[in-house]
Amino acid sequence: MITINNIIKSFEGRTVLKNISAEFEEGKTNLIIGRSGSGKTVLIKNIIGLMRPDSGEILYDGRDLTSMNKSELNMLRREMGMLFQGSALFDSMTVLENVMFPLDMFSKKTYKERRKRAEFCLERVNLSDAGDLYPSEISGGMMKRAAIARAIALNPKYLFCDEPNSGLDPKTSLLIDDLIHDITVEYKMTTVINTHDMNSVMNIGDNIIFIKEGVKEWQGNKNEVISSDNKALNDFIFASDLFRKVKEVEEEELKAKEHKTI
Amino acid sequence: MNKALHKLGEYVLLMQKAITIPDRWSMFFKQLLKEIYKLGFDSLWIVIIISIFIGTVIAIQISLNISSPLIPKFTIGYTTREIILLEFSSSIMCLILAGKIGSNIASEIGTMRVTEQIDAMEIMGVNSANFLILPKIVGLMVFIPVLVIFSMFTGILGGIAASYSTGTGMTPASFEYGLQFYFNQFYVWYSIIKSVIYAFIIASIASYYGYNVKGGALEVGKASTDAVVMSSIMILLADVILTDLMLT
Ligand SMILES: Nc1ncnc2c1ncn2[C@@H]1O[C@H](COP(=O)(O)OP(=O)(O)OP(=O)(O)O)[C@@H](O)[C@H]1O
Ligand SMILES: [Mg+2]
Repeated sequence: MITINNIIKSFEGRTVLKNISAEFEEGKTNLIIGRSGSGKTVLIKNIIGLMRPDSGEILYDGRDLTSMNKSELNMLRREMGMLFQGSALFDSMTVLENVMFPLDMFSKKTYKERRKRAEFCLERVNLSDAGDLYPSEISGGMMKRAAIARAIALNPKYLFCDEPNSGLDPKTSLLIDDLIHDITVEYKMTTVINTHDMNSVMNIGDNIIFIKEGVKEWQGNKNEVISSDNKALNDFIFASDLFRKVKEVEEEELKAKEHKTI
Repeated sequence: MNKALHKLGEYVLLMQKAITIPDRWSMFFKQLLKEIYKLGFDSLWIVIIISIFIGTVIAIQISLNISSPLIPKFTIGYTTREIILLEFSSSIMCLILAGKIGSNIASEIGTMRVTEQIDAMEIMGVNSANFLILPKIVGLMVFIPVLVIFSMFTGILGGIAASYSTGTGMTPASFEYGLQFYFNQFYVWYSIIKSVIYAFIIASIASYYGYNVKGGALEVGKASTDAVVMSSIMILLADVILTDLMLT
């Protein structure tokens, strides 16, 4: 479980994160949602320690990241996996070498065992055939899957994903979402995902945090999100036509029901 | 001025981060071999071609300029050798290599920065500066002197080739005599020592510019140009300082 308390972060006098507190639970996909520019990426970068907050606590099962020194942070990072927005595969290495990289750097296992583990991870994301290809030779969806395989190679306790669906078609997006969710449940990871994709929200929103202009406006799960009466959240969700229609239909049904009961 | 000092500080900090004991020696040596092959070995052909041509041209130019009967013909071979050994094969060659290798390093690391590959390393707990930069620095410091030695040999071969052409007033025999005339072995060492330092300049400055790219592809291009300009200036500066220290 990751707990953040009163995170504040500003750039050159402009406050981007305004006193955010939240909990991200184990074995669940925790979503951070919000408009473009609301501070999602900055928040996730603060949580993983690529940026330091101006004030606040970031507790990884009780261990405060903000008070760690360099080597403590490095130790903690071996428990983290991260899926970047653009996959961030190393383009001078093949897919298999990419997945083996964290193992090569940190695992004490023999080459054979490391290779076996990497092949297992590739198989888990359905990418067994692509091991010998270079990132430039595979599609965006495959790159995402390869990046997931690399992120889980060291059996992380914490998995972070920055917009895992950007640049993917809806069907591939669903596959990636399901994969992340399955892996999270399977390995009991604490997974934190940045997204503004409503499909993901409805599909894997176990725990959702809605941010607007650097302020946490709302927290709940996918069942509560549609029926919430938070104005800002409704504006965000029902910005898409589809969801506005869904809501209208639901309300009509509700009215019809009420009518009947009367 | 303030900005320059800021950059210098950033550069020193980055080098501190890069020049440390590698996390994994096996990975370091793997990277080192890759870098030597990619940056060094791949530059061999251009070094050889340029050196042969410039060696030939230097010999011809000198023979055309020394037409006085009072100056012995072996002076041509002697002067050609001195130019190649002292200045061309080390300083001029490294300026050329700064263009080829420096832009290569800066754009490679810069691309890794803007596509978040460096962040991906950091988040794994890998010291990205150490992993990416140290093998390049060590690789170039090992292999650029080798390139310089190749350049010396092929440059002089170019000069010898020129001495076979009629019309320039050279003879192969006098040229060869000139090549051996008053040979000072220290000049070769002087060039090699210079080239080791140039190698450090090229690798570290190009890495610095690449590592600190912010933005996108456009900034990567700019970083690689800046890297070449800055490392060329630093090479020339180092040339003056080292010559002053070692030859006077
Ligand atoms: N390094 C930085 N320096 C200064 N300002 C920054 C920096 N990083 C982000 N910001 C600012 O912080 C705000 C939030 O940016 P952020 O990238 O977190 O948005 P986001 O919610 O991730 O948006 P998107 O959905 O488009 O990715 C933006 O206004 C941005 O300009
Ligand atoms: Mg973002």
